[in-house]
Amino acid sequence: MWTYFIGRLAISVPTLFFVTIIVFGLQHLLPGDPALALAGEDRSPEAIEAIRKQYKLDQPIPVQYVYWITGVLQGDLGESIRTKKAVTDLILEKLPVTVELALLSMVLALVIGIPFGVISAVRKGSGLDYTTSVVGLAGLSIPNFWLGIMMILLFSVELGWLPASGYVSPWESLRGNLAAMIMPAFVLSNAITAVMMRHTRSAMLSVMRSDYVRTARAKGLDERVVILKHSLRNALIPVVTVGALQLGVLLSGAVLTEQVFTIPGFGKLIVDAVFNRDYAVVQGVVLFTASAYIALNLCADMAYFLINPRMRG
Amino acid sequence: MIKRNLFAAAAIAVALGSTAASAQALRIGLAEDPDILDPHLARTFVGRIVFSSLCDKLVDIDVNLKIVPQLATSWSTTEDGKEVTFKLRQGVIFHDGTPFNAEAVKYNIDRAKNIQGSFRKAEIADVERVEVVDQHTAKMILSKPFSPLLAQLSDRAGMMISPKAGAEMGDKFGNKPVCSGAFKFVERVQQDRIVVEKFDGYWNKANIHFDRITYLPIIDTTVRLANLQSGQLDLIERTAPTDLEKVRKDSRFKLSSVTGLAYNGITINLGNGPRANNPLGQDPRIREALDLSIDRKALVQVVFNGEFEPGNQPVPPTNPFYVKKYPVPGRDVAKAKELLKAAGHPNFSFDLMVTNDTIGQQVAQVIQSMAREAGFDIKLISTEFTTALNNQTKGDFTAFVIGWSGRSDPDGNINVFVMCGAPLNEGKYCDQEADKALNEARTTGDTSKRMAAFERAADRYMPARPRIYLYHDKRFFSHTAKLAGFEAHPDGLIRLTGVRFQ
Repeated sequence: MWTYFIGRLAISVPTLFFVTIIVFGLQHLLPGDPALALAGEDRSPEAIEAIRKQYKLDQPIPVQYVYWITGVLQGDLGESIRTKKAVTDLILEKLPVTVELALLSMVLALVIGIPFGVISAVRKGSGLDYTTSVVGLAGLSIPNFWLGIMMILLFSVELGWLPASGYVSPWESLRGNLAAMIMPAFVLSNAITAVMMRHTRSAMLSVMRSDYVRTARAKGLDERVVILKHSLRNALIPVVTVGALQLGVLLSGAVLTEQVFTIPGFGKLIVDAVFNRDYAVVQGVVLFTASAYIALNLCADMAYFLINPRMRG
Repeated sequence: MIKRNLFAAAAIAVALGSTAASAQALRIGLAEDPDILDPHLARTFVGRIVFSSLCDKLVDIDVNLKIVPQLATSWSTTEDGKEVTFKLRQGVIFHDGTPFNAEAVKYNIDRAKNIQGSFRKAEIADVERVEVVDQHTAKMILSKPFSPLLAQLSDRAGMMISPKAGAEMGDKFGNKPVCSGAFKFVERVQQDRIVVEKFDGYWNKANIHFDRITYLPIIDTTVRLANLQSGQLDLIERTAPTDLEKVRKDSRFKLSSVTGLAYNGITINLGNGPRANNPLGQDPRIREALDLSIDRKALVQVVFNGEFEPGNQPVPPTNPFYVKKYPVPGRDVAKAKELLKAAGHPNFSFDLMVTNDTIGQQVAQVIQSMAREAGFDIKLISTEFTTALNNQTKGDFTAFVIGWSGRSDPDGNINVFVMCGAPLNEGKYCDQEADKALNEARTTGDTSKRMAAFERAADRYMPARPRIYLYHDKRFFSHTAKLAGFEAHPDGLIRLTGVRFQ
């Protein structure tokens, strides 16, 4: 097992190295000079020259890469040229927000998606099945930012139930935190809920056609037991796989939703950084996300290894 | 159990604390997230809004753009315009207790001129040094007379930071700014909020009626307004012109507006590289035809619901330095056609670069369709903002729809864009006569002489049209009707002295 683990770990190293080169290279292909972006309206040639010098932008790109990667290897991701804050601090500040938003959306998607998927499978062809399908399709097709603004107008402006936007830390007020997060989490979960629902439905349908379910029914088991205990459990396996994939997507940032609800998370951080050509921030965030993906994959592989006896040699 | 009780007690304490504080807490919605909060390194407009509560300046401007005292109580300029002496307010301290005095002025001007990456350096380049005359008198020695000096000092170049904090924190000062303004810095969460609280040692604290201000950057205009409507914000800047009716109709809110200092127009490439070599860049008749083909009133009506102000000069018609003999022209398609014909290009096609935001696109589309009637075939080149700036600097454009946020002194709207080789003159227009007049405007302290000089410059650049000025933003602040005493200033900053909840 350890040789397997170490082998996997060893493969991650060149992957990460490759990621750093891609991130660094692609970014420098962007048109638009970061010095010019930083100088903004005060763009006298001297000011731009001074910025180039200060951030070593006047050096050849490979040299800049060496400066950066040397820092990264020492745990220093550099600092934002816009705010002079350490990139590591920015990431640590935003990460909990995005993780919370992602987990809340996932919970909502599961709580809404799975029961409705089950119901529409059980009542296949009924009015209820068609209704959930239509609602699900709508959920998939409605753009997040539009739904977000509509919800703000309804729940904040008209009804006054929820704050229109912003973020409250759970340490400050748990209630305030949930009130601020519920709308963005719902908007974000919207499409995933639909996906979960459709997957649950089709998995349930195929499971319910299988022999052992027929046997269970033949034994005279209560229909509820057949559905919840015998069918759903097995149907959930593909659903969980899809859910795990979606969680990965959620963690890499929900750009539009964060923008509409002014949630200071990863998505907003990276978008602002790209538009301001804040290289260090973009590089840091992408590198961090890539590392997280790789680490999660590694964990998943390990878990699979533990669960599946056939893989153990 | 004990743990739970403790938690409940803490929660109650927090809840009580926040109700007590919220009585005098003001929440302001900003349209963007400010950059670094160091007056010498900062460059964003919204940053200035936050600074206006944190950092006092030597002088300020009033609603009529007149220079008024702030940290300096009076000032005088020598006959030759090369020495400006400031009498400083006494008994002023910074948020860390350091006294404000002439030494501090010297420290700040030196820092603004020398700190690496300073954006203030160019603004006060003509200030050679500061002499400490006595504790409360500072003298600025200029290399040559510079009439916009006071206007510069009414903005970030005149903001005073604590020399002690500046020395301790260096270029990280912006992460925890220490100035002498009415409010001191509490915390900042990037892209989420900036919190400041009342400074008890403030020299004018009797006129400050808030204990705490929270600035919340909310980029989307609809969401910003929704926050005001639902009561999460008390004041928002930059209400969208299309939302104004909603605010006007609702008695819970008030709208304060003022014509800003900004201009918007089309910058034309006259001499920046090979792309200037086309009839639009070389023949003023074609530029005049383009100018005449545009109906500014209709443009403002279509894109801004008629709420912005049509204009044709670097400063708005309401500005004291507006040259009255060049009023905002009407549309004249027949004359535009004639001019194009006379220039030998009855059907003229060119590329118009425009930033890829909604407003930019709309303005460009309106220009495109108006100009078509006069015989112009305009191709819109939609470009992301930073890339567009890059293209502009490199000369990779024929014409560019772009604006300028404006400065309180006309020098900041005219000279730096029009003079030969000026840093923001990206179309590279150059006219020696205009330069001579603008230099005079920059060095004379006498207002009527300055006006005459600006007029002579206008006689050159108005017919040459290196830029076709189109309209001026108005600044719309929406706030709860409970807020009393708020006045919109043309520079768009939010000044809170004397403002209170009724």
